[in-house]
Amino acid sequence: MKVIFKTSYDRDIDLHKDGWSRARIAALVAVLAALPFLVGEYYLAEATNTLIWALAGMGLMLLVGHSGQVSLGHAAFLAIGAYTDAALMNAGLPFLVTFPAAALAAGLFGALVAIPAVRMSGIYLAIATLALFVIVEEMVIILEPITGGVGGIMAPAIEIAGINFDRYANLDHFYWLCLTVVVLVTWGYANLLRSPTGRSFLAVRDSEVSARALGINVTRTRALAFGLSCAMTGLAGALMGHYIAFFNYELFSVFISINLLLVVTIGGLGFIQGAFFGAILITAVPQLIAILRGVARDSFGLDIGGMPGLDTMLFAMILVGFIIYEPTGLYGRWLKTKVWFELFPLARRDMFRRQKSYLKTERQK
Amino acid sequence: MSLLEVEDLAIHFGGVKAVDGVSFKVAPGEVFSIIGPNGAGKSTIFNLISRIYKPTRGTIRFDGADITGLQAHQVAPLGIARTFQNIELFDHSTVLDNLLMGRHTHRDTNFVQDMLFLPAVRRAERAHRRRVEEVMEFLELEAYREKMIAGLPYGVRKVVEIGRALAVGPKLILLDEPASGLSVEESQDVAFWIEDMRRDMGLTVLMVEHDMRLVAQVSDRVLAVANGKPLAQGTPSQVQADAGVQAAYLGTEVAQ
Repeated sequence: MKVIFKTSYDRDIDLHKDGWSRARIAALVAVLAALPFLVGEYYLAEATNTLIWALAGMGLMLLVGHSGQVSLGHAAFLAIGAYTDAALMNAGLPFLVTFPAAALAAGLFGALVAIPAVRMSGIYLAIATLALFVIVEEMVIILEPITGGVGGIMAPAIEIAGINFDRYANLDHFYWLCLTVVVLVTWGYANLLRSPTGRSFLAVRDSEVSARALGINVTRTRALAFGLSCAMTGLAGALMGHYIAFFNYELFSVFISINLLLVVTIGGLGFIQGAFFGAILITAVPQLIAILRGVARDSFGLDIGGMPGLDTMLFAMILVGFIIYEPTGLYGRWLKTKVWFELFPLARRDMFRRQKSYLKTERQK
Repeated sequence: MSLLEVEDLAIHFGGVKAVDGVSFKVAPGEVFSIIGPNGAGKSTIFNLISRIYKPTRGTIRFDGADITGLQAHQVAPLGIARTFQNIELFDHSTVLDNLLMGRHTHRDTNFVQDMLFLPAVRRAERAHRRRVEEVMEFLELEAYREKMIAGLPYGVRKVVEIGRALAVGPKLILLDEPASGLSVEESQDVAFWIEDMRRDMGLTVLMVEHDMRLVAQVSDRVLAVANGKPLAQGTPSQVQADAGVQAAYLGTEVAQ
């Protein structure tokens, strides 16, 4: 096991604990940046989709994982982002204006909604956000002149400084655009977590009463977390709109909200990395099912293509499995595996048992 | 001049008069203890001072200003920090982060600066760490610096909570049963720390405690309460000798 000898506060403050960890992230970004040269069109499109899901997942992770609030209506903020971006672009504004505007619209709307909503918690907040989702969905249909109503809306091709980022004509460009956004947002998110703002989120999540006693304005902190979360989701929504190119309200169904919750819970609540693990899983499972279908048809003569709801069932089974056997999610599993190798052969089987005994419900008020 | 003045404080939960007409004054640099049997209203007085509860009547003045109408989060910036009887730490953070959360009232960067991690944020972070490190040194928490709260033994958590309150940099520190559940050695440590807080840091300490040995050792003055009403006030020995206090604790009838 590697022990780091810290000689200055900067070693504490830095994002990476050592050069090795910094090099690993740099290598990962480099591989991702080189991806258009390494894989074909089909897989590049899938990778783009995964990045967009990871971005939306980070948005929800900030809310659920780091500030302890739950939202069943995050598809609404995806929709707000997508429609703001597409509508403003259709009005002739450039992407560099409409993209931040999408984040701003979703973020402001989120923060506005949050002010009454954050006084609720747990199941009540979940219901309130679900209701909010329904309202936004109806608004999209009613505001037909802007949103195209039931018919849908076209997200025009992106052009920045004469370079075309169209999802079909220049998929590699669009992929790089998504990657840049994801890298920047991840960096900002990681910065947030090592700063007073991020700490106040964690404080509100873990103990409201002592957060107050330390001078943290709980309502404002929660509203800020809500707003930032929605802004990130809004960015993802704008990209998703361009990725789909032509969409209507059905793209942002309640299942998207639930899938987003799956991303954060299966990925690992409370870790940025969890959003990425979860996004990979959620975008890979449909592909796996497609491959399975092929195998089943070709080798066994079984046609499971006609079985509706197979992926929903698989997702549900995966979720139940994780909740029972690995509540810390994929990232938690990854950390445990790492510790096991670091301590090899001294790791004990019950090493992580303790976590279970400190559930919030067991505490006295 | 008193630092904290509590006058005719009362809170009623329905028909239960949890605190009823309690008044006391704490001078700067004083160690003032509140004692009383279980359910006497000691912790409720704390919750009233830190504005978690709204009093039914009475006023609380701190440093000359009326704080009765403030909200809970507005109290810490004035220089009042507290600990909790049942340990309210941030379980999924390290000891260092818990103490850094205590520095919240001293933050001067906003979330945009934080997100971009501008040089000002880094400078502030260094300054917070320096201050927190002093607290850790004082309470001998260095060994637990990077440890998660969820894995720490009870005694250490109790100390981390005192540390978090000290990190606020308060004028007045409210300690809610700092020695409950601690071993004899650990509560002796707490006694020394309280002495040092007063002598070296110039803090005023308001404490609720059951351990009479600790109370007698460190307190300048003691207030005894029972059933929400004040029984006696004075030096530890005066209060211990008070007939009403003895009756409240031992349940004997006071001779008429």
